[in-house]
Amino acid sequence: MLDALPLSALPASAEALRPAVRAFLDEALAGRPTDRLARSWMGFDAEFSRALAARGWVGLTLPRDYGGGGQDAFHRFVLAEELLARGAPVSAHWIADRQSGPLILKYGTEAQRRFFLPKICSGELFFCIGMSEPQSGSDLAGLRTRATRTAEGWVLKGQKLWTTNAHRAHYMIALVRTHGGPEDRHAGLSQVIVDLSLPGVTVRTIGDLAGDAHFNEVFFDEVQLPEDAIIGAEGEGWAQVTAELAYERSGPERIYGSIVLFDAWLAHLRCLPQVREADVALAGRLLAHLAPLREMSLALTAQLAAGASPVIEAALVKDLGTEFEQAVPNLLADALYAAPDDAPPEMLLRTLHYVLQVCPTFSLRGGTREILRGVIARGLGLR
Amino acid sequence: MDALLVESFERLLQGACSPATVRTVEREGKAGALWAEIEASGYLHLLVPDEGGGALRDSFPLWLACGAHTLPVPLAQTMWARGLLAAGGLAMPAGPIAIAPAARRVEGGALRCAGVPFGALAQALLLRTPEGEVVCAPLTAATVQRSGVHGSLQADIVFASLPADALRLPTDTDLQAAGALITATLMAGGLQRLLAMTVQYANDRAQFGKAIGKFQAVQQQLAVLAEQAFAARMAAELVCAEAGVLPQRLRAAVAKARAAEAAEKAVAIAHAVHGAIGVTAEYDLQLVTRRLQEGRGDFGSAGYWHGELGRALLAADEPTVPFLLHTLLPGAAARAESAG
Repeated sequence: MLDALPLSALPASAEALRPAVRAFLDEALAGRPTDRLARSWMGFDAEFSRALAARGWVGLTLPRDYGGGGQDAFHRFVLAEELLARGAPVSAHWIADRQSGPLILKYGTEAQRRFFLPKICSGELFFCIGMSEPQSGSDLAGLRTRATRTAEGWVLKGQKLWTTNAHRAHYMIALVRTHGGPEDRHAGLSQVIVDLSLPGVTVRTIGDLAGDAHFNEVFFDEVQLPEDAIIGAEGEGWAQVTAELAYERSGPERIYGSIVLFDAWLAHLRCLPQVREADVALAGRLLAHLAPLREMSLALTAQLAAGASPVIEAALVKDLGTEFEQAVPNLLADALYAAPDDAPPEMLLRTLHYVLQVCPTFSLRGGTREILRGVIARGLGLR
Repeated sequence: MDALLVESFERLLQGACSPATVRTVEREGKAGALWAEIEASGYLHLLVPDEGGGALRDSFPLWLACGAHTLPVPLAQTMWARGLLAAGGLAMPAGPIAIAPAARRVEGGALRCAGVPFGALAQALLLRTPEGEVVCAPLTAATVQRSGVHGSLQADIVFASLPADALRLPTDTDLQAAGALITATLMAGGLQRLLAMTVQYANDRAQFGKAIGKFQAVQQQLAVLAEQAFAARMAAELVCAEAGVLPQRLRAAVAKARAAEAAEKAVAIAHAVHGAIGVTAEYDLQLVTRRLQEGRGDFGSAGYWHGELGRALLAADEPTVPFLLHTLLPGAAARAESAG
């Protein structure tokens, strides 16, 4: 049976980071419209990411020896919380900071660490993650993209799909098959680092329903990869990817995705001469959901900091968190039109509709709701 | 909290509070031998400053256990009341103490406390008068009328006048917040039990040739039940994080509102998975779900506390996350220190 997540507390040293981040954001985000801020960790701004890096806030948990901040997961939690609470556009460096950097540190060779980590921390290199394929979404083990050994290294052939930021990242860490076939499932998969500027790589952007373009189709046509493109052990890709999941699913980005909209709505209510009782209660209800979610996300961070890999608990918090993130725009959409004579301000409407349009993705990316609930069920001792 | 202390408390409840005992107490409305055993165990003094820790965080795991065992007597309420009375240097009334969610003056100046949880068993009552006095009054001269809801130990308690030996407590003692927190914690414990029972049933019960827990539709439901149980527990635990016995009101609001919403969803799922057996008198699920349903309303429903939370949030001149950090979450003091 799944153990309860114990309440945790941020150490004072991590809290001490908060005022500096707030002061930086006050300046860096001044004048940005709410509908842009609402994009937050889906908002790409290379210059902003580099400004953060210049302050040492990219790769905060990577060792100083590799250009990182040498801080623990609690420091990163505070930083992430402040960035996300304000809707800072962190998408450019987010994947490298959250997953690629720690992955390279954990499984990479010394040469890979020396090459990649300092450039991640300085904001020079952005990463994307190649998982889904046309025939392989939730059922990832059925993927077909293949790296075949050659005399010089590897040759990569196949296709990735729905790869966020592939069109503006420098590298992709892709899960590919290095031996066996789709029938071998989890065996024979490996992670490779692909330089997206190599010949044979074609990236085609796919527009989304909100007018943005963040995900892509990526084609690999006989791409020649060097010997050291493999990250970690050959054939261990599935285990490595699974270990990453707790990082991917546990962070505050799974609870604060609609917070800019919620704050914009509250700011709107605070300007009204009178607030409907239903709106007051709705604000309180959402707050009552957010408070324990935040403590659960922090509790996961504490487990990660202690060296555990709370994959099941992370699935649970992500599912609850994304349910909250999706409830916010849907409930506000109703509340804002409950008095049809009072048209909400235009910027609030644009923000609302942006979040309404993209919120279905909250429970798709990083593992669908149905897959996560299956993971939780296994953790409960079912099956 | 000493893990051994929690373990021995669990053993006490396992021995003293069998489902049969719960049914007997609920039927007869008498705490009897069960209370004597609890009284003798010494746990009621856990929050008395010089005897136990005197902090909510010490009582939290014990209150969860009370909820999980559907303990039919107000142990948690009495433990809290004794801590409060001891801190004020006051005497301890004998027997179970209940907390009144509200008190109104009725005709002739009598004081009526409606819907007191576990009121049927109480020998003393903590209440706030409409005039703002906070007292602990013995029930020797009060009229106690059970609610009539099947199996419920709630009662309306009426005092013709407050007894002369009622103990007076500081007028700023927030009984409603304390009652809300205690109820929320008991409910969080009940939700854990509900989850355990429902998972067990899903693994045991076979249909179409396999355990129903192997069906994805059932698994998805159980995952939601687990999520609700976890969230309710965290919401209650965050109130108990800091020292002292007086919960911060807005945090208690979060705990109670979240527990009530969780219970609504979780009870529906538990019953759906159990099928008809779950609504029978002889099967123990109903002991948990009836208590949870009743708890949703005790000391204010989700709707009541949502209003209070919403007013506080709207009155704040800061965005949600800073408000959470300053007002609602534990560690606020440490944060203020580092910011200053």
